[in-house]
Amino acid sequence: MALLEALGLSKRFGGIRAVRDVHFAVQEGEIVGLIGPNGSGKSTLLSLLTGVCKPNSGSIRFDGREIQNWPINKRIKHGIAIVFQHSRPLNRQTVLDNIKLALLPDRVFNIHYPKDIEVKALQAAKLLGLEDVVDSYPGSLPFGYLRRMEIAKALALEPRLLLLDEPFAGLTPSEVGELAGLILSAKNENQAIVLVDHNVKAVYSFVNRIIALYVGNKIADGQPHEVMADAEVRRVFLGKSMDEKAGSLSSPAGSSVNSNFLMDLNIQSIKYGKAEILRNVAIRIREGEFVSLVGLNGAGKSSLLKAITGLVNYVGDVKWRGLSTKQMTTAQIIRLGIAFAPETRELFRYMSVKENLELGGERLNRHERQSRLDDVYGLFPILKERPAQPAYTLSGGEQQMLTIARAMMQTPSLLILDEPTLGLAPVALDAISETLSTLHGKLGLTILLAEQNVHFALKHSDSIYLLDRGSIGWQGTVAGFVQEVGHKYLV
Amino acid sequence: MSISASSKNLLRFAALLLVIFVCLPWVLSLYIVGVLTIAFYFSVFTMSWDLLFGYSGEFNFGPTFLIGVGAYGAALLNVNTSLPLFACVLLGTLTAVLAGLLLVAPALRLRGPYFCLITLVSVLLLGEFITIFAQYTGGEIGMTLPGILSTSGMVNYYLALGLVCVSAGVFLTITESPIGLILQAGAQDPVAAESLGFSIVKYKILAFSMSAFFSGLSGALLVFYMGTASVSMVVSISVVLQIIIAAIIGGRRTILGPILGSLFIIITGQWLQYLGQLDYVAVSILALIILLFFPDGIAGIALRRR
Repeated sequence: MALLEALGLSKRFGGIRAVRDVHFAVQEGEIVGLIGPNGSGKSTLLSLLTGVCKPNSGSIRFDGREIQNWPINKRIKHGIAIVFQHSRPLNRQTVLDNIKLALLPDRVFNIHYPKDIEVKALQAAKLLGLEDVVDSYPGSLPFGYLRRMEIAKALALEPRLLLLDEPFAGLTPSEVGELAGLILSAKNENQAIVLVDHNVKAVYSFVNRIIALYVGNKIADGQPHEVMADAEVRRVFLGKSMDEKAGSLSSPAGSSVNSNFLMDLNIQSIKYGKAEILRNVAIRIREGEFVSLVGLNGAGKSSLLKAITGLVNYVGDVKWRGLSTKQMTTAQIIRLGIAFAPETRELFRYMSVKENLELGGERLNRHERQSRLDDVYGLFPILKERPAQPAYTLSGGEQQMLTIARAMMQTPSLLILDEPTLGLAPVALDAISETLSTLHGKLGLTILLAEQNVHFALKHSDSIYLLDRGSIGWQGTVAGFVQEVGHKYLV
Repeated sequence: MSISASSKNLLRFAALLLVIFVCLPWVLSLYIVGVLTIAFYFSVFTMSWDLLFGYSGEFNFGPTFLIGVGAYGAALLNVNTSLPLFACVLLGTLTAVLAGLLLVAPALRLRGPYFCLITLVSVLLLGEFITIFAQYTGGEIGMTLPGILSTSGMVNYYLALGLVCVSAGVFLTITESPIGLILQAGAQDPVAAESLGFSIVKYKILAFSMSAFFSGLSGALLVFYMGTASVSMVVSISVVLQIIIAAIIGGRRTILGPILGSLFIIITGQWLQYLGQLDYVAVSILALIILLFFPDGIAGIALRRR
């Protein structure tokens, strides 16, 4: 008998069917990867298994019992453990105290700690290689250690089934390997693991079996190599961008670059406290141009965009059509016709799609706003289908669409985008890519893009600025970039 | 299980405070001893509030609902029955716990601002209730009580100090035990705490009941110390604000800090009385200054991690 069985699970959020009639089973000792792009329903499926939300129909059997209506803590007591992607440890307690928490019995009149808790907590810490940091406070530790601490807590519960939500997200490749090794050696042979991830590569060698999801449906279930060979899986996960990479590196046709400078930026320095994170950056943007800022995480891209929009202080000057914006507030800068789609999206979570868009067009009069809304819906048909849906229930890709659409409602002359592809699966990435092609190619909009994904940036740009630890390491055209520095960044 | 360094600090700090408070009445005037007695009852209110906000993360906007029910419950029994004083106090306290559990505790099951709203509404309701039933409660004027704790200022002082010790002892036992750890985990992230197998609501109800018990008890004892019960003393929103300010400037999540915060609020309030209506302003400005320079409160300075 299977340890865990999902029978016809379905979950709706408003009009969206996030999970549709999904069946699967997990045997004792098995490691199963639930993979799917953003919006595929994998996070919802995980929430159903953990008990964070309840299914509309279908059932979940664990060890022969129906558990779909059990509260979270009852599931834990029967042998399921969960590690969430985003954890908030107790920062006033040490790592060891945080692990002890997991070992406490659920009894209200619990005045004394169990005698053996110290020993058990230390054991749990050792299994995940945390023995050197047990007396540290979580706030002082790097991210990778906190992830391990959460896994140590979950394993301390001695679960029969461990649910992991994107355990490898945000880790470097070497950390991924190390963590995978630690989990495999810490788990005993009867314990089963179900993990959710959108990065197929990270889980491929770690799991025994892969279940692939797409728009709420299970599209494949089998050995990793079988699933990866499946035609539909390849289409959904690898996306067309991978196949067309070679052909896409030429400058897009039909872009009309005017010779007038729209923005002339000259920033000598941006400091956060003592740390200087940007030095001597000069960028000029012509009307109709698509300019990309590329560079690794922490290179200073977002800070530069924040300087332009008046959100951080800087030494230097930013001129908009020859006029200095240095003394302007963010609101005044935006009113010049600069729209900003920030990395963190900053959508109004509980407002509907339509309300978010209308707020973007707040300065227009009623008729203008309506016609602008129609235009924007024309650009983003997926948003037109769901005007009443609250923003937070959209998938990652749809939220990014809404962020850009809201910026477009401001009728900008310059659209600034910060990492629009962050955390998106290839399918969603293709959709954003098409949108940018339309905005720049067909509508002739000037765009400034900050992006870690160099391939994505190259595909659209007229000119590229490479930021390296706070200063410009290279600048020029796409073709020049590919020839001169491409070998470093286009692996 | 060894005691952690921060717990040791806490115990040392508590012992130091206790020695000071035991000796104080021998060197101070009877008037100041009286002020300190009121401050002690007030510190029990504040500690009870800190248990809820500092540890279980619930912002109680109506601590005076619990205090007021305890105080008026005991006072009404004292006036209308021939029960002995301690029975009035005990029954008043139990009424506070019961009323709290019936009216307020259900909101502990909900996430979001519901708990805060319900506690606020409950205080306003209690105030209205006392005004409407003025023939029993004395309404705005308040009621004078036949019962009195003691006529000796010293006895009253040590009685109040005893109450502070007992409640601080109980609260610290809870917060330094596994319950305190689980409460903090639930306040930090309820879903994560549930996913370690804890039914968080149970712990919140325990914390709430303890908070209600000591709030009610201290309220009931305070009216028998004063000999009167009035809305402005144990129910009004300005008392609520004083409790919240005292807990925060004392240092939340320390239990002992709120004692210092209460002494500060009550003593500066008395000291600045000659300012008339301006004393509120002066106390508030002082409190703001403390918060600006010591965001962890007075106890934050004393208990700073070394």
